[in-house]
Amino acid sequence: MQKQILITGFGGQGILFSGKFLAYDGLLKGKELSWLPSYGPEMRGGTANCSVILSDEPVGSPIVLNPDILISMNVPSLDKYENETVVGGQIFYDSSLIDREVTRKDVEVYPIPATQMASDENLPGLANMILIGHVMAKTGLLSLEDADVVLAKMVPAKKAHLIDSNKKALELGFNY
Amino acid sequence: MADKVLMKGNEALAEAAIMAGCRHYFGYPITPQTEVAAYMSKRMPKVDGVFLQAESEIAAINMVIGVSSTGKRVMTSSSSPGISLKSEGLSYLAGCDLPALVVNVQRGGPGLGGIQPSQSDYFHATRGAGHGDFHMIVLAPNSVQEMVNLTFKGFDLADKYRMTSMLLADGTMGQMMEPVSLDQGVVNTYEKPWALTGTKCERKPNIVNSLLMDPETLERLNFERFERYAQIERDEVMYEEYLMDDAEYCVVAFGVAARVSKNAIDEARNNGIKVGMIRPITLWPFPKAVLNAAADKVKAFISVELSMGQMVEDVELATRCKKPVLLCNRVGGMIPTTKNVLDSINKAVEIGGAE
Repeated sequence: MQKQILITGFGGQGILFSGKFLAYDGLLKGKELSWLPSYGPEMRGGTANCSVILSDEPVGSPIVLNPDILISMNVPSLDKYENETVVGGQIFYDSSLIDREVTRKDVEVYPIPATQMASDENLPGLANMILIGHVMAKTGLLSLEDADVVLAKMVPAKKAHLIDSNKKALELGFNY
Repeated sequence: MADKVLMKGNEALAEAAIMAGCRHYFGYPITPQTEVAAYMSKRMPKVDGVFLQAESEIAAINMVIGVSSTGKRVMTSSSSPGISLKSEGLSYLAGCDLPALVVNVQRGGPGLGGIQPSQSDYFHATRGAGHGDFHMIVLAPNSVQEMVNLTFKGFDLADKYRMTSMLLADGTMGQMMEPVSLDQGVVNTYEKPWALTGTKCERKPNIVNSLLMDPETLERLNFERFERYAQIERDEVMYEEYLMDDAEYCVVAFGVAARVSKNAIDEARNNGIKVGMIRPITLWPFPKAVLNAAADKVKAFISVELSMGQMVEDVELATRCKKPVLLCNRVGGMIPTTKNVLDSINKAVEIGGAE
């Protein structure tokens, strides 16, 4: 069993953090995995992609070109990767930032207005985790209980006060 | 699995260096290896070590020469353009017979190039790291775990043979996170009677110097150095074979190119093509013998590289051009895809070993 996941958007949206979250779950479950960022020189605003591969076997190439799961947070990345997603794959996207529909009919499509929800619920900067919560619910990659363990493991002590808002964001997406 | 942690290659190699006893790091930031310096700046003060951001790459490598002269484990790291700046120092390290670990997390070039992964410093590392007759031990990791293992190995070999070990990674290895075990067991230490530790008026002064005006002495030291190199070529070659037992075609690749090639080989095997891989782990010394032996069994080689074709020359030399050697390459920060490699394997099958 291998899942190739590609998370795409702009720098500053928490693309790499979302990938790290999924990778940590893999680590805690004893899976083989790789996490590979690809981004421009800018801290914010440039293109940011994150390849995550979760597998029962050692991972070969860490680069995801044809994702089983595509998570998109901007129009250019959906334009670029919609057609690269494998047949029968899953596409998740932030429908508050992407105002078009996915045209592919041979994939499962899950739009969620994550940025709007984050704004409504006063969870600034957590649209990424709302999306991930939705991914968790629809893919079964991890449960909300797993997520608690992952957050406790990966969030450093001095940022522990952010755990609750991250949990809330995950739950929002999970129950959407 | 419980003992494994999730780390970026750059951070993992930095922690490995500290665990290997390195307490002196000198560097200058450059993408995609800046995490090494960032990590060292946090960790070194906690282990009573020295982190110093030098005013330039040239200053950093000269600080390495200074610390190494005193017998301490020391390292610097950079990426391609910064490594060019260190070239003079690499030659001086060789001339002084000093151990050091130098890390190159390569990016696309020439010039300032880009910030995406590359392997186009292969020639620099294995052939021309600076002026004069010298080699560095060149180690090419293809996973975060090997970033750690080869950092330990690099320090060990450097001390053992009194020379520079270069960890030649690519941007992918530096930036990627994978589960990694930092446990490496016992760290070897070496007597360094040549080091500048103060005579305490009890012995004659040691001298570390690369200026030798007497040609007979300079010639003798060159010959002695190359006797050591010959021993390294005999004893320290490292490589990994993958599905070579019945292989009719042989991929040669290192670093991220080997990771991609593994996927392509698995796919080609599913299509009934008997293809395997020899992955050099030491680029110098290059695994000549195993490649030469393979050349008597396989029909063709495919060198997969993130360069315009640099290692391909070593494959041809090692195999005495007995079989065709195809090149599969992407450059400028692009990485060969599984399909690129598959296409090259198919092309090798098409020519069936005939040029």
